[in-house]
Amino acid sequence: MTEVLEAALRVVLVLGVFLVLPLLVGQTEHKAMAHMQSRLGPMYAGGFHGWAQLVADGVKFAQKEDIVPAAADRTVFKLAPAVALIPYLVVLVAIPIGPSMVAQKLDLGLFFVLAVMAVGVLGALMAGWASANKFSLLGGLRTAAQLMAYELPFILAAASVAMAAGTVSLTGIVEAWQPWWLLWQLPGAVVFFVAGLAELQRPPFDMPVADSEIIFGAFTEYTGLRFALFLLAEYAGIVVLCALTTVLFLGGWHGPFADELGWLWTLIKTMALAFVVIWLRVSYPRLREDQLQRLAWQGLVPVTLVQLALTGVVAVAK
Amino acid sequence: MSQSGKAIPGAGLLQGLIVTMRTMLHRSVTDQYPEVKPELPPRSRGVIALLEENCTSCMLCARECPDWCIYIDSHKETIPAPPGGRERQRNVLDRFAIDFSLCMYCGICIDVCPFDALFWSPEFEYAELDIRNMTHEKGRLGEWMATVPAPPPHDHHAPRPKEVDAALKSLDAPARPERPARKAEPAG
Repeated sequence: MTEVLEAALRVVLVLGVFLVLPLLVGQTEHKAMAHMQSRLGPMYAGGFHGWAQLVADGVKFAQKEDIVPAAADRTVFKLAPAVALIPYLVVLVAIPIGPSMVAQKLDLGLFFVLAVMAVGVLGALMAGWASANKFSLLGGLRTAAQLMAYELPFILAAASVAMAAGTVSLTGIVEAWQPWWLLWQLPGAVVFFVAGLAELQRPPFDMPVADSEIIFGAFTEYTGLRFALFLLAEYAGIVVLCALTTVLFLGGWHGPFADELGWLWTLIKTMALAFVVIWLRVSYPRLREDQLQRLAWQGLVPVTLVQLALTGVVAVAK
Repeated sequence: MSQSGKAIPGAGLLQGLIVTMRTMLHRSVTDQYPEVKPELPPRSRGVIALLEENCTSCMLCARECPDWCIYIDSHKETIPAPPGGRERQRNVLDRFAIDFSLCMYCGICIDVCPFDALFWSPEFEYAELDIRNMTHEKGRLGEWMATVPAPPPHDHHAPRPKEVDAALKSLDAPARPERPARKAEPAG
C-alpha cells in the first residue's frame, strides 16, 4: 500500500514540476525577451508585472474552437499534440534532481531519456502529415530533415559523457562528475546543447516553423487547446533539455552544500540554461535550411567525433 | 564589429549576445501610455482649438482648407447707430465646425487666420467609435483652448522677433527734437 502511495506521490510531484517549470520558462521568456528588446512585456495580467500572463493565455486557448480541417487525417491530427507533449513528461521521470531525488531510478537512464525524447519530434511529423496543408507538410519535412541531422551529434555528445563516467545511469553520471570535466567535456556540452536546441526547433533553429515562410509549419492548422499543447511541449522540451544538459555536463546537484541543497543546484543550473536558450533566441536570426544542415554535418558531427576520441583517450589513460 | 575576414571566429556571435544583454540591463524605453501621459514635443499637432471671440467669420480658413473640412455659418447683425453716428454691421458666428475625420492636420487654417482665432493643441485623446462623431462644433473646439500651451521660447541663436527689435530701437533712440511748428507760408 505504501509503495502505491509513494509511487502516486512521485507521479504527482513530477506532474507538478512538468506543469510549473515550463510556464516559469515561458514567463521568463516573455519578460527577458521584452527587456532585451527594450520593451516591458506583459504588465497587466495578475496585477504585478503581468505574472499571470500565461494563465490568461491558457484561458484564452481553452475558449477557442477546436477545428479539425475537413481533409485532415482526423485520428492522427488529434493525437499529434499528445505525442509531442507526453514524451517530455516521461523523460522528466528519469531525471535526477538530487542525490536520491529521482522519480524513477533507471540503470539505463541515458538510453531511456534519449530514446523517449526523440519520440517527441514525431508529434510534429504527425501534425505536418495529417493536417492536409502544404505549409504543414513543408514544416513536417523540415522537422524530419532537422531531426535526421541533429539526432546524431546529440547522441554522440551524450555518449561521450557516458564513456567518461563509465555508466549510462543518469544518477551514476552525476556521481562520477568532477569539476574538471567542465573543460574536458566542453565541446560535447556545447554540441549537446546546440543540437538539443535544434531538435526543439527553437530559434535560431526554427526553420520548420519559420512563420514568415510557412505560417507555423506543422502546427499551422491547429487551434485552441491542441495548439496550446504544442506550445507547452516546446517549453517542456526546453526544461528537459536544460535539465539533461545540467545532469550530463554541469554536474547536476554538485555545488556548495550539495547534501542539503543539491536539488536547488540542479534547479538553478537548469533555469540558468533556460535563460541562455531565451538569450540565444533573442540574439540570433534564423538559420537557412542549408546553413542548418551544414552546421550539423560539417560542424557538430566532426566536433563530437573529436570529443569522443578525446574522451576515449583520457578515459583509458586515467 | 569589424566586417573583415580576419575577425576572430565567433566574435560576431559574441557581439550579438552582448548587445541583447546590454539592452536588457538598461531601462526599457516603453511609455506605459494610459497610466503615464506621453511627453509630447513642443508644437505637437493634436487638435485645432478655436478662440471664438477672435473669429470674424472671414472664411479664410474654410477656403484655404485643402480638404474642406471646416464648416462656418454666420449672419450679419446691425449695431444700432450711436448718437451722431451711423449704423454698423458685424458678423456673428453661428457655427464653426471641423470634421477631424477629413482634417489632415496641415495647419494651413491656423497659419492663414489673420485674427489668431485658431491654435494647435497637443490634446489627442478624442477618438470616437463612429466616424460621423468626428465633426466637432465650436463649443468643443473652444474647450480645447484651455489645453493650448504658451508659445515655446525662441531657439537659442534665433534672431529676435522684429516687433521686439522695433520696440527696443524706439527706446534706445535719442528723444527726437521738438519739430518746429511749420510756419504758415503766405500764399503766393
